Amino acid sequence: MVQPMPATSSASFSFRGAFAERAKKELAKYPEGRKQSAVLALLDLAQRQNGKTNCVTDAAMATVASMLDMPRMRLEEIASFYTMIHRKPVGKYHLQCCMTTPCMLRGSDDLLPLIEKTLGIRNTETSPDGRFTLSKVECLGACANAPVVQINDDLYEDLTRDDMETLLAQLKKGDLTKNMPKAGSQRGRRGAEPQG
Amino acid sequence: MVKVLIDGREHECEEGMTVLQACEQAGVEIPRFCYHDRLSIAGNCRMCLVKISPGPPKPQASCALPIGEGMKITTDSPSLRSARKGVMEFLLINHPLDCPICDQGGECDLQDQALAYGFDRSRFAENKRATGEKFMGPLVKTVMTRCIHCTRCVRFANEVAGVDTIGMLGRGEDVEITTLEQTLDSELSGNVIDLCPVGALTAKPSAFRARSWEVEKTDSIDVMDAIGSNIRIDSKQGRVLRILPRLHEEVNEEWISDKARFSCDGLTRQRLDQPYIRKEGKLVPVPWQEALTLVATKTKQARARCAAIAGNQCDVESLYALKKLLEGQGSQMFDARQGGAQFDPALRNGYLFNTTFARVAESDALLIVGANPREDAPTLNARLRQAWLHGSLKHVFGIGASCDLTYPCIWLDDKPQRLVKLAGGKDGVFETLSQAKRPMLIVGYDALERNDGKEIWHLCGVIAEKASMVQEGWNGFNMLHRNASSVGACEIGFNRGLEGIQPLLVAMVQGDVDVAFVMEADDFDLESLKRCFTVYIGHHGERTAAQADVILPSAAYTEKDGTWINTEGRVQQGFAAVSPPGAAQAAWRILRALAEELGEPPAWNDLQGLRTSLVQEHPDLGTLDRPLSAAWQSLGKAGVLREDAIVAKRDNYYMTCPISRASETMSACTRARRALRSSAMTHAA
Amino acid sequence: MLKDKDRIFTNLYGQAGVDLPSSKKRGIWDRTAVLVKKGRAKIVEEVKASGLRGRGGAGFPTGLKWSFMPEHSPLPVYLVVNADESEPGTCKDRDMIRFDPHRLLEGCLLSGVAIGAHHAYIYIRGEFVREAEVLEHAIEEAYKAGLLGKNAAKSGYDFDLYLHRGAGAYICGEETALLESLEGKKGQPRLKPPFPAACGLYGCPTTVNNVETIAVVPTILRRGAAWFSSFGRENNHGTKVFSISGHVNSPCNVEEVMSIPLKDLIEKHAGGVRGGWQNLLAVIPGGSSVPLLPRTLCETALMDYSSLQELNSGLGTGAVIVMDRSTDIVRAIARIAHFYKHESCGQCTPCREGTGWMWRVLERMAEGRAEVAEIELLLQVSKQVEGHTICALGDAAAWPIQGLIRHFRSNIVKRIEARQLAERQPVAAQ
Repeated sequence: MVQPMPATSSASFSFRGAFAERAKKELAKYPEGRKQSAVLALLDLAQRQNGKTNCVTDAAMATVASMLDMPRMRLEEIASFYTMIHRKPVGKYHLQCCMTTPCMLRGSDDLLPLIEKTLGIRNTETSPDGRFTLSKVECLGACANAPVVQINDDLYEDLTRDDMETLLAQLKKGDLTKNMPKAGSQRGRRGAEPQG
Repeated sequence: MVKVLIDGREHECEEGMTVLQACEQAGVEIPRFCYHDRLSIAGNCRMCLVKISPGPPKPQASCALPIGEGMKITTDSPSLRSARKGVMEFLLINHPLDCPICDQGGECDLQDQALAYGFDRSRFAENKRATGEKFMGPLVKTVMTRCIHCTRCVRFANEVAGVDTIGMLGRGEDVEITTLEQTLDSELSGNVIDLCPVGALTAKPSAFRARSWEVEKTDSIDVMDAIGSNIRIDSKQGRVLRILPRLHEEVNEEWISDKARFSCDGLTRQRLDQPYIRKEGKLVPVPWQEALTLVATKTKQARARCAAIAGNQCDVESLYALKKLLEGQGSQMFDARQGGAQFDPALRNGYLFNTTFARVAESDALLIVGANPREDAPTLNARLRQAWLHGSLKHVFGIGASCDLTYPCIWLDDKPQRLVKLAGGKDGVFETLSQAKRPMLIVGYDALERNDGKEIWHLCGVIAEKASMVQEGWNGFNMLHRNASSVGACEIGFNRGLEGIQPLLVAMVQGDVDVAFVMEADDFDLESLKRCFTVYIGHHGERTAAQADVILPSAAYTEKDGTWINTEGRVQQGFAAVSPPGAAQAAWRILRALAEELGEPPAWNDLQGLRTSLVQEHPDLGTLDRPLSAAWQSLGKAGVLREDAIVAKRDNYYMTCPISRASETMSACTRARRALRSSAMTHAA
Repeated sequence: MLKDKDRIFTNLYGQAGVDLPSSKKRGIWDRTAVLVKKGRAKIVEEVKASGLRGRGGAGFPTGLKWSFMPEHSPLPVYLVVNADESEPGTCKDRDMIRFDPHRLLEGCLLSGVAIGAHHAYIYIRGEFVREAEVLEHAIEEAYKAGLLGKNAAKSGYDFDLYLHRGAGAYICGEETALLESLEGKKGQPRLKPPFPAACGLYGCPTTVNNVETIAVVPTILRRGAAWFSSFGRENNHGTKVFSISGHVNSPCNVEEVMSIPLKDLIEKHAGGVRGGWQNLLAVIPGGSSVPLLPRTLCETALMDYSSLQELNSGLGTGAVIVMDRSTDIVRAIARIAHFYKHESCGQCTPCREGTGWMWRVLERMAEGRAEVAEIELLLQVSKQVEGHTICALGDAAAWPIQGLIRHFRSNIVKRIEARQLAERQPVAAQ
């Protein structure tokens, strides 16, 4: 009764180029014998290197486990504990809509249905073309700039429905990875200074 | 010593204890789920809350709190009771109310505590959580919805068993105990069943067979290895349902191996339940009298040309009875080392596990020669792993077939010649060993069951001497027997000579033996029996029975009162849990009846009498439960070593005796492990 | 009102440059060696005298915390900076990091000296990707300029500083969970004792401090304890960065004196409550984990530890969440309950099971799908969680709910009764 091998295990994984350099740099931050400390950094790098599905594949898990001398199970525990580590494919644009009270008070409840309608996906879903993933998330730590939506690495702040519509339209238009809409406050604020 | 006040009563306890342990010692029981003596502290169930003053206003988890001088501990108060009731309610809101169909019922911690701290109705109006089952192999059945996330199984797997495939995934209310969907790769996996405080992990083989209060519980000794694990046999209506460990701090702590626990279904299969005689080439059932008469006739004709080979699980009483019978005929041809082990059975310090199990934790360096403690003695291996985990055991070296011991071991070589170099003392490894404070050596059957076994044994003795493994208050030379009968056979003189069974087999082949008594032995070269009239005394219809001339059916270990001496030299007694099937009898009874038939009845008539006579002859065996000891003497003489490697003689941990080979559960384990290993191989490739 | 000359965070809004030369213009890294050479005991004494209390939420006196560190340790000693800012309502550390990173770095060095640490880690929440980039760049700048590393800032003190990114878990803001996470494990809080000062990162003596706590240290040492303690009331000294979010006309971060009246803070800095003060329903004055205050209590509340404690709430992180009368207060708190349910690590029973239970009951109450008797049940469940968990997340989950029931029980009752009435009516009509 031999179990079939998982499909991804045939492919091997190793850090390449800038990712390999970055991994080396991260590992150097910790004392002798404490390389396990770099686990979050390496998992993050692994999913960034995997531009196709933006998640940590089984092969990457195995590589990181052996790099850090960690049992596979410990790694799975970690991957399942931290919300930013993905074991399932994530779209090219990962929209994370903050739903916690400060954002709720300033209208996040309107933004979410708008995103759902425009992209045709709901919470935790990825669009069939693999371009968009939507997540309802908890506090993103920009409450004085609420409501906020995080798209990949950037926060889009002080959002109105109109802002969101424009933003979604831009995203839907084409490949913007090199030229994303301007992040930060959509009301022209630099930070969290009082306006007006 | 530290003085504390527990519920107003003064109590003195040792420094470093936890509040929970101190309370326990003072006879105050604290409810708990996650805490376990032998596992690291998790402090997650929050059931063991107590109030400490001076201290924070919040109640504290007593399992994780070290005691301090003058601490006032309150273990019971209205607020503590309500805190525990609160925890209890939380544990129950998502726990299914399926006690009537849960195998843990009657021995469930949650059930017991609910009696003390539970409400009589649920206030939880939401939907209950359900969790998918996890695959843990053929032994452990899961109903994960019942899990209370105490993480005992995870801690046991990581810490004791050395298996890192169980973990807790997710977070918050979605946490799940999970495996990597593969069989637990451990010889101790069944212990998670005992550890699980609820019915999340139960025994697959005995599922739904009986309620805990319906079974008869009998104390006995395990015979699947030479550890002498203390076991409890649970039986119902004359059938062994399951086997559980009994606590013995110095022997098996509270663990037993999977083979000890789960091979009991082999006790009901392929059993010999009546005497047989071979007539015209075919085995025909006959009454006892006819069989005994025939054997007696043949024995009388053969006289001194009788010989006996005993098996791996024989009790001391039966060995003694067999020896007496043979001696009565003027024969000295008997031995219990059917696998061919070579060592001097007259030299007690050379055949015992002298260090004793309890003291292996003191060792800082270990040399393993031709042994696989993980499979030969899983509970001992757990102790070695603990010693390594806690940092006391720093160096482990091995000579022989390399294997994964669950702790790091440097495998030096598989050729016995490496021992010569070590014994020469000019070697880095020798330096490490001799500079250790408490070095020890374990020599096992892979090294001894060879033609040069006695030479290897001798070299091990030399290394022990030179690396000062034998010192005041410490004897680091250890033989790790594989068989429950081995030390008993040595002690009563059933084993004879350095060469082991070899000369005996040669005599048989040369036609010097007319009648061969084979008692519960199926693992030697049966070709040797060709020219003998073979009398098989045994309980399973296996290889020897198939070619015997007479079969005398005997009782298995669960069916007789008996004495076994473990590899430490610890004399222990077990009791019959059930009756032998059909006409089968304890072997010593059969042998007594045969002696009667020969007209040479022994002085004793019953087990008590036999034991009295045995102890008169071997006074040391009169003291139970204390390891035997002996002053150090050098082991044997140097000789010629063979060139070939020391190889693993056993390729399957699960099936090593007639009982385990007849067990369907062990067969399922064998298949599961092969699948696991082969998938690991393909993954590695 | 805090005068401009007394501001510590002079680039809180990013009006000036972030790089090293710009930072130096703001007085950062100015003769730091002199401060370092004050020596460990002097620095601790000065910070003790300043009355600085931890700005991460618990408000433990910083100088006292530092004095718990062993005088001589055979093991390495670590400073860990908690930049895992995730408490709903709180967004102050983010702006200190992205607009004023060198202030934090200088604080790290000086705080490191105070506890005898030669190694420090800044643990920043994973979602702050850009902030981490800014900080990483600032650390590189500081190393290049000799302000970190061997003989840091030519002070004779060796000091290494590393940035460590989290990956999405609020619980890692709890100091021992943070240490677990930093060690490369799941962020599950540890059992205490032992406390980090004895056994922290890698089993070594460790102090964990919030970003703001560390960042104000250089200014305290430059301007003196007396200057810092001249702000605020007894036991509540110094300046503080407040985050004001929710239903105000102008949400913002602002540095103000401690003990400033809550009403002033909202009206003078955040443009007032939307629709006027009379339109105020309630305020959560210290981040999501403290109980809310209804408008009546907001009139007199001072933004400090003592005043808010007297009002059965807390200063927490100083994050003020303002809710006007349009707010569905039950839903607002239910949303917070969901937050804690989502962020519970799942390790200990009361939090793992209790947070989900409380959220579900509240969610039903928000829709009126509950019995009035369940309000009492909810309160009891919150009490069963509070004080019985390994870390303070259990308390944080319980308090907002207790605050809701304390001040808005009648709202819940009304809603339940309205629903019951509505459900009965069609039956009556038949």
